[in-house]
Amino acid sequence: MNILRMAWKNLWRTKRRTLITVASICFGVVLATLMRSLQDGTYSNMIKMSVQLASGYIQLQHPLYQQQKSINHSIAPTASELSRIAAINGVQTVSKRLSSFALFSSGSTTKGGSVIGIEPDKDAETSNIQHWVAEGRFLNKGDRSVLLTQHTAQNLHLGVHDTLVLISQGYHGVSAAAAYPIKGIVQFATPKLNHLGVFMDLGLAQEFFDTGEQVSAVMITVDDYNTVPNTVAAITAATDGAYNVLDWKTINPDIVQFIESDQSGGMVMIAVLYIVIGFGIFGTIIMMVAERKRELGVLIAIGMQKVRLYVLLFCETILIGVIGVIAGFSISVPIVVFLKKNPVQLPPELATTYAKYGFEPYFFFGTTPTVFLYQVLVVFGMTALIAIYPLWKVKTLEVTTALRS
Amino acid sequence: MNVLEIQHLVKEYTDADTPVRAIDGISLTVAAGEFTAIVGPSGSGKTSLLNMIGGLDTPTSGTIHVQQQNITQLTAAQRIDFRRNHIGFVFQSYNLIPVLTAIENVALILQLQGVSKKERQQRAVELLTAVGLQDRIHSRPANLSGGQQQRVAVARALASRPTFVLADEPTANLDSKATENLLQIMQQLNKEEGTTFIFSTHDQRVINKARRIITVEDGKIHTDEQVVPDSATTLAPMV
Ligand SMILES: Nc1ncnc2c1ncn2[C@@H]1O[C@H](COP(=O)(O)OP(=O)(O)O)[C@@H](O)[C@H]1O
Ligand SMILES: [Mg+2]
Repeated sequence: MNILRMAWKNLWRTKRRTLITVASICFGVVLATLMRSLQDGTYSNMIKMSVQLASGYIQLQHPLYQQQKSINHSIAPTASELSRIAAINGVQTVSKRLSSFALFSSGSTTKGGSVIGIEPDKDAETSNIQHWVAEGRFLNKGDRSVLLTQHTAQNLHLGVHDTLVLISQGYHGVSAAAAYPIKGIVQFATPKLNHLGVFMDLGLAQEFFDTGEQVSAVMITVDDYNTVPNTVAAITAATDGAYNVLDWKTINPDIVQFIESDQSGGMVMIAVLYIVIGFGIFGTIIMMVAERKRELGVLIAIGMQKVRLYVLLFCETILIGVIGVIAGFSISVPIVVFLKKNPVQLPPELATTYAKYGFEPYFFFGTTPTVFLYQVLVVFGMTALIAIYPLWKVKTLEVTTALRS
Repeated sequence: MNVLEIQHLVKEYTDADTPVRAIDGISLTVAAGEFTAIVGPSGSGKTSLLNMIGGLDTPTSGTIHVQQQNITQLTAAQRIDFRRNHIGFVFQSYNLIPVLTAIENVALILQLQGVSKKERQQRAVELLTAVGLQDRIHSRPANLSGGQQQRVAVARALASRPTFVLADEPTANLDSKATENLLQIMQQLNKEEGTTFIFSTHDQRVINKARRIITVEDGKIHTDEQVVPDSATTLAPMV
């Protein structure tokens, strides 16, 4: 009769109570896993979208560009610098970008927006904008036509093959104005991005803003997101500190801030949930020890050392948690895996609200191991904490009193 | 040979409003193989005495030697080891472990002693057969009658081959038939295995089976006499 088997049997002496306790843990685990998975999916989607389209995981910038995104704070990395960066282990792609602001006009309508010069041949591997071209076609290197984001096009009443007029200030105050035909319309899944403006070939942008070989930033993507800090250090070394090397967190402080505050809000909810469940487990353990006082006395009387008895009660307490977590995962894991593959489309009313705040109208779910690991740790920690109670009860148990009870 | 020597034993309970002197200077020796009844009315100190003999409780003063070992000087943890190796307990209300079957209840103490699985199975079956429960070895306590449970408890008490078995009013919850049956089994084990039994009772039918009767009153020994028990010579064959 090993202790684990005895613990198992003891649990099912009060079948209904154990089932209710297990069910409450199971419920908590399911809810917490779904919540965490939703957060995980939302965050990683947000990061992926903004990193892919806008920033890259790492950027090379002019030291002043981050504070003031002016066309004047441009850089002109040399071909050898770029190839040195490309040679760094883990670096996937290196592409240049020139971006600034301009007024777009068509007929009597005028709108402000971004002008982003990209390297179309390299973009396929980085931002993959061509994937989002809804009408017309994607850019080629050397093109003198442009892509317009969907909302911008709509506001200006422009379509493919129409002509867009751009007015801006170029490098060091040079005035810039030009008219370009529209080659395509891009429609992103993230509604906010559809207000962005214009994409054009890097060469054309350099010509428009009169920056010569200068660019605003070099975007670098990496194979593995976890290697970012090391790669940042390697790039800084490879370029002798001539540029500001920033990771996506620094480039997108708003995203990081949003994730952090949203996450802590979620954590508080989960913590409250688990505390409530924890008290339920505690109640069960108190009853379990109280109604078995005499039996515990008998075991000590006939010669079971208290340590052994304690191990038994510890096993019983932990087992409740283990069963709860297994039951919870057996429900939540399949659901989460399914939802990750099939993001839930939001109902139309919600979708509009989401769109207003610039989110894609989907619930995304993630399956990062921490989503599950966290539940295991919390339930184990909680039951281990609760198991102090039987420890204390056994330690202070008087055999003769227990036998008389 | 004396298995138990008690000298000037005193037990005072001080936790109550007025201190109670439950055992008031008892001296006593018990030899191996005895079948001794401790008799007295309720509140006379029987349980207090047996608890101290069994190392469940410690005296206020006096000494208890079990096989020359002074158990009153043991620490709490040492007393647990002592009980496991020297004492077999039979409690008034059976007190079997509900999740364990009869055989597991009997084997449990052997497992605590580190006896091999094969050996403890063998011993448990042997003892359950001796108490007439060979057909019920896989029954849980809940599926056994009171008398059957108490017989399992006797088998459990004997499993570790203790120096002596202490039974505090073992028949108090049994009907007369089960009482008769249990006493027969205890007498037989006493005879055949040579197990020393010390039991408390205030049931005349049980007293009649004892070979030595010690009466206690107000925590003192009143009488102590050797007797010829009822059916010692005409023991009925076991069922
Ligand atoms: N734990 C205790 N605390 C206080 N008084 C006790 C305790 N145990 C027993 N007593 C008292 O000691 C006396 C002897 O009790 P006990 O040994 O149980 O006698 P018996 O078993 O013969 O009925 C009684 O007066 C009883 O009330
Ligand atoms: Mg008593």
